[in-house]
Amino acid sequence: MSAREDILGRVRAATRDVTEKDPALDVPVTWAYGQPLATPDVLADFVEKVEDYRAVVVRVPSDQVPRAIADALTTLGVHSAVMPPGVPAAWAEAASAAGVRLFADEPPLTHAELNDIDAVVTASAVAMADSGTIALDHHTDQGRRALSLLPDAHVCVVRADQVVSDVPEGIARLAPAMRARRPVTWLSGGSATSDIELSRVEGVHGPRRLWVVLAED
Amino acid sequence: MTVPTAAPPTVGTPGLGKRVALFATCINDTMMPGAPAATVKLLERLGCTVEFPRAQTCCGQILTNTGYFTEALGTVTSYVKAFSDYDYIVAPSGSCIASVRHQHPMLARHAGDAGLEKVSTEVVGRSYELSEFLVDVLGVVDVGAYFPHRVTYHPSCHSVRLAKIGDRPYRLLEAVRGIDLVTLPHADECCGFGGTFSLKNPDVSVAMASDKARHVRSTNCEYLIGADNACLLNIGGILDRQRSGITTIHLAEVLAMTEKDAS
Amino acid sequence: MSTGAERRTPAPPPAAWETYPVFPKAAKIELQLTEQRKNLRHATGTIRAKRLDRASEVPNWEDLRTAAAAIKDRVARHLDEYLVEAERTLTEAGVTVHWASTADEANAIVADIAVAKGVDEVVKIKSMVTQELDLNEYLEKRGIAAWETDLAELIVQLGHDLPSHILVPAIHRNRSEVREIFVEEMGRYGTPAPEGISDDPHELTQAARAHLRAKFLRAKMAVSGGNFIVADTGTLVIVESEGNGRMCLTLPETLVSIVGIEKVLPTVEDLEVFLKLLPRSSTGERMNPYTSMWSGVTPGDGPQDLHVILLDNGRTRVLSDPTGRAALRCIRCSACLNICPVYERVGGHAYGSPYPGPIGAILNPQLHGMGSERDRALPFASTLCGACNDVCPVRIPFTDILVHLRHLAVEHKTAKHPTVEQGIMKTAAWVLSDGKHLEKAQLATRAAGRVLGDRPLGPMPVPLAGRWLRARDVDAPPTETFRQWWKKHEQERKES
Repeated sequence: MSAREDILGRVRAATRDVTEKDPALDVPVTWAYGQPLATPDVLADFVEKVEDYRAVVVRVPSDQVPRAIADALTTLGVHSAVMPPGVPAAWAEAASAAGVRLFADEPPLTHAELNDIDAVVTASAVAMADSGTIALDHHTDQGRRALSLLPDAHVCVVRADQVVSDVPEGIARLAPAMRARRPVTWLSGGSATSDIELSRVEGVHGPRRLWVVLAED
Repeated sequence: MTVPTAAPPTVGTPGLGKRVALFATCINDTMMPGAPAATVKLLERLGCTVEFPRAQTCCGQILTNTGYFTEALGTVTSYVKAFSDYDYIVAPSGSCIASVRHQHPMLARHAGDAGLEKVSTEVVGRSYELSEFLVDVLGVVDVGAYFPHRVTYHPSCHSVRLAKIGDRPYRLLEAVRGIDLVTLPHADECCGFGGTFSLKNPDVSVAMASDKARHVRSTNCEYLIGADNACLLNIGGILDRQRSGITTIHLAEVLAMTEKDAS
Repeated sequence: MSTGAERRTPAPPPAAWETYPVFPKAAKIELQLTEQRKNLRHATGTIRAKRLDRASEVPNWEDLRTAAAAIKDRVARHLDEYLVEAERTLTEAGVTVHWASTADEANAIVADIAVAKGVDEVVKIKSMVTQELDLNEYLEKRGIAAWETDLAELIVQLGHDLPSHILVPAIHRNRSEVREIFVEEMGRYGTPAPEGISDDPHELTQAARAHLRAKFLRAKMAVSGGNFIVADTGTLVIVESEGNGRMCLTLPETLVSIVGIEKVLPTVEDLEVFLKLLPRSSTGERMNPYTSMWSGVTPGDGPQDLHVILLDNGRTRVLSDPTGRAALRCIRCSACLNICPVYERVGGHAYGSPYPGPIGAILNPQLHGMGSERDRALPFASTLCGACNDVCPVRIPFTDILVHLRHLAVEHKTAKHPTVEQGIMKTAAWVLSDGKHLEKAQLATRAAGRVLGDRPLGPMPVPLAGRWLRARDVDAPPTETFRQWWKKHEQERKES
């Protein structure tokens, strides 16, 4: 017999005491899914929570995003940046004008090439205020996963209408992407560790600096 | 053993008409009779009619918690036998109350005795730890006690986490006249007694008890108060060995004390 | 077995966990490690406070715990359905699904994939299940180097050490010990620690970044565990902090994820419950820095060859006990370790398993059965203080399960022949079964009280009592029991 049949057989034997065959009737889950929090100012909460991870957040009107990206790259002191193919052309123009050497991921850069690029600029899919979390579903304006991983700084543009109060709303918004088998990455601040004496150190393997541009209308 | 003499009630007699069975618990009965005696004095002062059913023995947790379920079953039947006629069963121990409430029906169920499980569930449902009975049933916080000393309180784990008596002991103590109640650092940490744990893992037990004793000493108190004498025996054993000069005393004994006793 | 000279990776202590004695003896040894005790007290104290802060700011925390427990129970009680569903969705998403009954089977599957791919090294994401399988040593024997990439796992691996905590495996090490390990060992296995490195955690972290970057960039294959598998979408979820996980999940061509069969969740929506509970319970953060979710192969993005190994290795044994199966709710947050007064003092190694603390005390004897003395001792490694019950995000009733397992341990021990303890307990049972019996026994304690008088009892060479009185003074039993006082009191009541 295969390991599969062995395991399923043992599972069925182990749960012989379960007589109700419908899982939902057998163990009711009394939880209201997808509920928002009653946060008075969701955007302010998002900013506060992201800043708590010692990431930078700037709030700008939507038409000022290209300039905010250029400012971010200049302030971070980066010389090179990669942008995924789906971002607005104005972002790249502003960054170039600021003297940053730009790379597109077409054709795909090698990991070694990405590793040598200072920064990445992406859009995002959803943001969750209560935990200060940004979710990427890696559409063309966010790029493949390696793009937002290997460069040492990440400038991430979040639109105000993408910000929800909490994780349950965020999951509800991301569920269609996951059902379409898109990969999803959540970022809450930059990479960090508490492995030495449980004292938090920002900046390990992922981008050591996260700079969030919050675009408001 | 000295027990405070009866004092005239200073806060009325909310217990009038209430017939209460005292569950002394085996360790108090045999080793530390001051706590149940003080419970009797206190409840009578508050107007209750206290009875002591002699058929009672023990909650059985020393057996249950060591894994001897079959052996512990006798305590379930003796508890039912002793207390089934009473509306109020009161014990000066959160741990023993937690054990009867939680483990007696489990032991009956384990033995496959549905009848015993049913009657046990009913009886243990009428069982109260002392501070629960005072605050919830009698509705008193000020019991007219007088205890002019610097004290700290150890909230024993079973009282708080299993019997869930909450802050009732603190509320009762804060109403005691003359008392100087000091916060115990790391109060919510276990003292390391754990019944047979202290015998099976003596080194860890002593390490925990020593830390607890250190925190008690840091309060510069005269008395360490608790609602479970087993924990006080454990911590007090360390405090005495260290010649700390700190006396352990049960909550019931403090609440039974009046100005008349002090004079 | 390879000799030290032939090894590719740092050797763990010989015989690893098997050398640890039974818990009470191991605890005694660990208690004497003063530096470790200091490190543990500091670390557990810090994380407890953080967890409490982050749990307290969620208004419906208790409802979340209830929901999580129910979801996990639902999965466990209908596990066959959810496993078959997960297998189907994973397969449809292009993942190769393997099943492994034992550690040997799982390890062999990993090694065979590596051999088929022509790889002689893998990068690893911190994973409890691969510790349970002792995968690294298995791969080493088959000539494959497994590199740990989580900072704490790296400290443990380079330190020729064993993990002592679920979340922070090097919790027993302080910064200066970490520095020593890095300076001594990093250069032997890749990029050395920089000259003149201090014991500042930031500097040490940057040394780890530099040491591992080359390994990430050249890795062809990664091995991970998994925090959750979502049955309805075939999604794997990995929760991490450092980004080493993302490196392993993104850069290599091949990814093998070994996941215990209890890790299945029914739907994507269930993640909202667990992703709120886990980071707050675990690191005491509102959210961990990175969470990766992938649902099969994405062309042009990440590994193109994905494998999932569904592992039993004793889990169906846990499942078969209706009282004990709640242990399978565990999401490996480690809140029970951090709050445990026993763990705080003895650390993780004394439990003789990668699963220490309260969860180890209920999981190991159930995964392995009661056959070994070490596993039988674990349910007794607790005062039953119940602090773990209160912090557990999935409401595992630790103290109930501990007591239940103590009963099973006693049954196991007394099945063949009676024991001394059993004799004592049977006597106690007789005494405590009837008030009259107790009164008879009290004749003896009162007699002892009269002999011993008012002097406190100090150290004495008496079995059992000696263990108590070694560090404690206790008053002799009173000559008057409560029962006798009551008789007098009743008399006085009548007279007044």
